[in-house]
Amino acid sequence: MSDSVAGRVPAPAVRHPTWWDRLRINRNWLGFWFMAPAAAILILFLAFPLGKGVWLSFTDAKIGRAGSFIGLENYEWLGLPWWRDSDGVFWLSVFNTLVYTIVASIVKFAVGLYLAILLNQNLPFKAAIRSIVLIPFVVPTVLSAIAFWWIFDSQFSIISWSLRHLGIIDYNINFLGDPNNARASLIFANIWRGVPFIAITLLAGLQTVSPSLYEAATLDGASKWQNFRFVTFPLLTPIIAVVMTFSVLFTFTDFQLIWAMTRGGPVNSTHLMATLSYQRAILAGNLGEGAAIATAMVPFLLFAIMVSWFGLQSRKWQQGGEDS
Amino acid sequence: MTETAVNVATRAALTDDREGMTYLDSTKRKLVTVYLPLALIMIVLIFPFYWMVITAIKPDEQLIDMEKYNPFFVVKPTLKHINKLLFESNYPTWLWNTMYVSVLATFLSLIASVMAAYAIVRIRYRYAQWVGAAIFLAYLVPPSILFIPLATIIQAYGLFDSPMALVLCYPTILIPFSTWLLMGYFKTIPYELEECALIDGATRMQILTKIILPLAVPGLISAGIFSLTLCWNEFIYALTFLSSTSNKTVPVAIVSEFVDGDIYRWGSLMAGALVGSLPLVILYSFFVEHYVSAMTGAVKE
Repeated sequence: MSDSVAGRVPAPAVRHPTWWDRLRINRNWLGFWFMAPAAAILILFLAFPLGKGVWLSFTDAKIGRAGSFIGLENYEWLGLPWWRDSDGVFWLSVFNTLVYTIVASIVKFAVGLYLAILLNQNLPFKAAIRSIVLIPFVVPTVLSAIAFWWIFDSQFSIISWSLRHLGIIDYNINFLGDPNNARASLIFANIWRGVPFIAITLLAGLQTVSPSLYEAATLDGASKWQNFRFVTFPLLTPIIAVVMTFSVLFTFTDFQLIWAMTRGGPVNSTHLMATLSYQRAILAGNLGEGAAIATAMVPFLLFAIMVSWFGLQSRKWQQGGEDS
Repeated sequence: MTETAVNVATRAALTDDREGMTYLDSTKRKLVTVYLPLALIMIVLIFPFYWMVITAIKPDEQLIDMEKYNPFFVVKPTLKHINKLLFESNYPTWLWNTMYVSVLATFLSLIASVMAAYAIVRIRYRYAQWVGAAIFLAYLVPPSILFIPLATIIQAYGLFDSPMALVLCYPTILIPFSTWLLMGYFKTIPYELEECALIDGATRMQILTKIILPLAVPGLISAGIFSLTLCWNEFIYALTFLSSTSNKTVPVAIVSEFVDGDIYRWGSLMAGALVGSLPLVILYSFFVEHYVSAMTGAVKE
């Protein structure tokens, strides 16, 4: 009896997941669908061009004409390796870029950190002051660069005017017409724009430092400088590393500021690698040569990233955190 | 640094009034060590804008004659330059181009990065962490080394001189940043909420749109505002990909269309720069906190 009943109940159908279910439910497939839009854009317009840029640098492509492979000719033309004869403009641009990046980054860091410490004090109208400080970073670079262009005008510069009326000089300073003045003016404008970013991000880092640490250090007899050197600075190092990586990367590849103010002039003396590659590739039409200049920037960028990467790595154990 | 620390830090950055040991400093001392240097730095930071505004409303004869009137001030301000800009030039078209390219690109990249960030943090598919790291690396690729190959690719797709080229290219700058920022926000949302929804039969898409997104609104605003300013600011792609006057964005148009040999150009140039930055500054003034949290959040992760 029991046998026959048992025989009549059909075995519960195990529903095997179909391929459609797998595509919908499976973790990896689901992840794939969710990543698809971002991945499509990043691959099509970031990864692919990155590879194509390297390829272009080995071809003699011109605007409107696909090039053919010419090996290292573009690089030789630029003067790589350095003992080869060339017009020297490329090496001038490398020199400019390095000076621009190093000077601007150091000053930006120093002023930014100083401003962050000032803003970390107990001030009236703190919130308002902080929002005003950030404005140079919010306003589009080109538009503020145009304002600087006017401030640095050879004839109507307000700086020359003020110095003349203070009796310090008796001539107009040729800010953007003289190579070294032009470099200094550009570096100043870059610092002006970069300081707010560094100050506000470092300030956010300073806020996380507990005041009790300073109290403890002061009780132990630490001076203000020692408070900064042995309490603030070590705790701030990870943020400093990240912020300065960004700052160095974007200063090194800067384009807009130079293009709006000097376009590389006078006589190529303010060309950065980015502006030179624009001039050679788009204005002169030698895509291959421009791509070679752009590709030559990559090792510098990798170097900057590596430095900050290892700067970050060494922090974890120093702070007593777990090695993750 | 965890994402909660970021939130705490940014909130503290905006609202803190803790005293610490500052009560030990006398007012006189503070005047020299804090207020004076702070005032100096602030003046330098603000002066170019002051100069922009003053120049934009100065009559031409005062601009080139610096001896008769003190150039720091303006006598009989005029709206001539701004008028000329808005009604006798293509400026409104450029402003409109900038705006719609920025809004479309921001919107596109927000959708893509919400999905990507959710997948990396919560679906946790295989290699999710590696993909996250790869996206962070994409943040470090500057447009200056991409614009030449991108120009050839844009040409090949037939998008040259079309604002759509910018709408498609700007997200490469925005997605890495927004994804990274949103990952931080998503991590703070309790996993239990999602588990409840899953048990109640919600699909992943429903969880994302009905549970996660409403809770992550501050993060979305931060990412959106910051992306918008980045788009507005973008220059090299717009300069390379757009050629006809009517398609240009404000930064490109200012540099290429306004700069002629005219000695009287400064008034309209400064007016153009001023009008071009005002929308962003106004937007920023409403969302300062979100902006700051976007900026610091992306760095502190």
